[in-house]
Amino acid sequence: MSIVTVQLGQCGNQIGHEVFNAICSDVHGTHGLCSKKENESYHDACKERFFCEEESEVPVARAVLVDMEPKVIGQTLSMAARSGYWKYGDQSHFCQKQGSGNNWANGYSVHGPRHKEVIMNLVQKEAEKCDRLGGFFTIMSMAGGTGSGLGAYVTQCLRDAFPTSFILNHVIWPYGTGEIIVQNYNSVLTLSHLYQSSDALLVHENDVIHKICAQLMNIKQISFRDVNQVIAHQLGSVFQPTYTAECGLHYSRNPLGDLMETLVPHPEFKMLGLRNIPQMPENSLAYSTFSWPGLIKHLRQMLIANAKMEEGIDWQVRPPRLGSSIPSSHSTNKPLQFNTSIANLVILRGKDMHSVDLGSFRDPSLYTSWLNPQDAFNTWKTPRAFNKYEKSASLVSNSQFLLKPLDNVVGKAWNMFASKPGTGALKSPPEHLFSEQLWHKTPRTANTLLDKIQVTVQLNLKKTSPVSFRDRKEMLSTQPCFFKPFQQMERA
Amino acid sequence: MIIQIPSFPGAVHFPVEIIPTFNWRLETQFSYEESFQTLAQAVRSGGGPDIYKGKICSLKARALLIDMEEGVVNEILQGPLRDVFDSKQLITDVSGSGNNWAVGHKLYGYQYRENIVEKLRKAAEHCDCLQCFFIIHSMGGGTGSGLGTFVLNLLEDEFPEVYRCVTSVYPSGEDDVITSPYNTVLAMKELNEHADCVLPIENESLFDIVNKIHQMINSGKLGSTVKQNSLVTSSAGSAKTVQEKPFDAMNNIVANLLLNLTSSARFEGSLNMDLNEISMNLVPFPRLHYLVSSLTPLYTLADVNVPSRRLDQMFSDAFSREHQLIQADPKHSLYLACALLVRGNVQVSDLRRNIERLKPSLHFVSWNQEGWKTGLCSVPPVGHSHSLLSLANNTCVKPTFIELKDRFMKLYKKKAHLHHYLHIDGMEQSCFSEAISSLSDLIEEYNELDATKGGPRTDPSRLKIAV
Repeated sequence: MSIVTVQLGQCGNQIGHEVFNAICSDVHGTHGLCSKKENESYHDACKERFFCEEESEVPVARAVLVDMEPKVIGQTLSMAARSGYWKYGDQSHFCQKQGSGNNWANGYSVHGPRHKEVIMNLVQKEAEKCDRLGGFFTIMSMAGGTGSGLGAYVTQCLRDAFPTSFILNHVIWPYGTGEIIVQNYNSVLTLSHLYQSSDALLVHENDVIHKICAQLMNIKQISFRDVNQVIAHQLGSVFQPTYTAECGLHYSRNPLGDLMETLVPHPEFKMLGLRNIPQMPENSLAYSTFSWPGLIKHLRQMLIANAKMEEGIDWQVRPPRLGSSIPSSHSTNKPLQFNTSIANLVILRGKDMHSVDLGSFRDPSLYTSWLNPQDAFNTWKTPRAFNKYEKSASLVSNSQFLLKPLDNVVGKAWNMFASKPGTGALKSPPEHLFSEQLWHKTPRTANTLLDKIQVTVQLNLKKTSPVSFRDRKEMLSTQPCFFKPFQQMERA
Repeated sequence: MIIQIPSFPGAVHFPVEIIPTFNWRLETQFSYEESFQTLAQAVRSGGGPDIYKGKICSLKARALLIDMEEGVVNEILQGPLRDVFDSKQLITDVSGSGNNWAVGHKLYGYQYRENIVEKLRKAAEHCDCLQCFFIIHSMGGGTGSGLGTFVLNLLEDEFPEVYRCVTSVYPSGEDDVITSPYNTVLAMKELNEHADCVLPIENESLFDIVNKIHQMINSGKLGSTVKQNSLVTSSAGSAKTVQEKPFDAMNNIVANLLLNLTSSARFEGSLNMDLNEISMNLVPFPRLHYLVSSLTPLYTLADVNVPSRRLDQMFSDAFSREHQLIQADPKHSLYLACALLVRGNVQVSDLRRNIERLKPSLHFVSWNQEGWKTGLCSVPPVGHSHSLLSLANNTCVKPTFIELKDRFMKLYKKKAHLHHYLHIDGMEQSCFSEAISSLSDLIEEYNELDATKGGPRTDPSRLKIAV
């Protein structure tokens, strides 16, 4: 099954380009470290997923590039063509001249409706080229104007036009110390709108990746290109072909569907985080060896302690003991140390992955009580090594990791909105820039988002007695839940 | 006075300078072909439907030059840039405005309205996509101030969706034009109401910067040979600097300011910053749109030595008093927002490091503690390896306005020189009182913001969801 990528705005296009680069260089690398047959079927699966063979020998990426100003798309197209290994379709881009001016409302209410037809035509064309459409992968930043505003609108349009397809939004969280002054407004507006039309939001934080570049990759003068390359590596480690538990005979044919099924059991909890180990500068790879138990141990502690990379993990954090009485330190006023998960997915790439013991991830104390640990944890594997790492493990998790950053963003946006200095002559900040109507819907939704994530803590607190099926049903009954395992459970 | 009309795609590395009353001097530094088209329009030989064929035979600036006396404009047309300006895009008269805002605004405004609108429309039609108008003028005179603000009004009526960015040269205390306070305050009212953002410039600051550079060049210190074409006051590619008229150097600074401002729109970069983003991010409330600008570095030393300490020094300088283009000290006042546009080989880690380093010494308003807007453009200006333009929406403009108000009141109380204004049709005493009250309101708004500085930070309580 094929995935159509939609790259939105400067950030989306720059990252998208690095993603295709990473995938291509992985496929053409000689470090597969597996049998030729394995390598070939990996190659074929990857090709089908991301590229389209056309008359020209070079594979064409299944992507649509959208931006409101022409420079970035022009650069992206030419850099891809220069690589010689792949390129973008000649007609698969759309750009305008004036930009969105970092104005979410501009992207959503002006550019969106105005250019809806052209953009959706491009998407339709790409979708038709696929033998089987596996879903859409959109890449955008939350802070700007095009990626965020137009991105939210396009996601809505995708949902309307393809109601049964999977839509995964890759969202870039801006630097906390500010890239754009109105970034908090744009972020809150984007997240709340995306939540309604998207199936899952895969989040990468600029601050986190920056730290990885500085501390793990040892890059002295970190550029956006470096940041984007790390992000692309992490994305590649998730989306390159793997075998799932159900079918070990051929590479999974439905990556997005499998992802949603394992990680998004409830439509109210859609934010996914990604961790990948090991990460190190390329020239150190030759001198390093890895062991699966070591990697798994680090990955698990990164999950529990909400660490973003394999250095500086807090090993003191432990999961609460099952059935223990709830001490007051678990009240929501104290900073949460332990990161409760709803669902986790571990992806292993490299030799000897069959023998890996993942029991530590199945520990029920890691998870909320309303899901069976068997359903909450899944793994995907392949013996084929990824991108020169002899062994690598990725963790995609639906957990509380984003609680604090989200709280920060909502808090700052609210502060800016609610502070109205004295005289009547001054209008409050968003009114002369956004449409008021649009804004009033949003802080409520954003706060709701936050509260939903905190609800997992409360659900956790009910662990003393086994949660009856009726209770579970009540919690889920508010939203129609269209994933199979749950429907089966309800019927039982 | 020039109205420039940048559009897309691309731009010309094209500093245009204006002097309030005297010389004009224009420099052109040609860069990439696509980058021309923002500020100028390529007139190609061969014409025809495919506009990319044919060599460029000339570039015409997307500009309208307006002056009510001919001397300055004539000099431009006879100077080295005569081919760049289209003679059809000129509006001149003979007698000038006599340093009288009313003459510029009411008399000539009325007289030339049709003419101006027509020429603007023509220029706008040549643009693929019109994004912004740059108005460059002085506040103290008659034409720049009066007719300039009239054109500002006009632009709002005719092109309401296009940004109006105004670069205004404010008169200094020792200005030789006696009625400059009147002219300035009357113009300020128009700027308050009709401009999207204003970049105030003061001749005193420009002069200080020029002096500083001269000292540096002439000091003869070891290792201080300066690269001539890297001076922020220089005009690379022009004739020798001997016997330059004094305003040329100062005007070059303003030209470089505008170049840097539009650089991200013209050249590629890893984090683009367009002109419309400037207003969006830096103007929290519609009337508080006065942005204090500073340019660093002022020169590059000839010995090639680029330790990152020099890069950090560039960031520190941008916030120092000596580098601001008005007489103001932003470090000790309250920041509402700040934008940093970096050009050259500077990466995001350098930017972040410096922001984190400088932030503790700056005061930001409580609802915008991390109020930074950043842009990275890969192409540095000629002669430099990197440069930084900082635009700050800061309450340090208040003293300038207070001083202006005082000078105005001194004259107004005695009703000195008022009759020259009231002679003109359409001009009444109420114009003056409205103008001064508009200025007073503006000062009051800045005062209120200043009052919150340093106080305890009380964040409003969060929205509660009724469950």
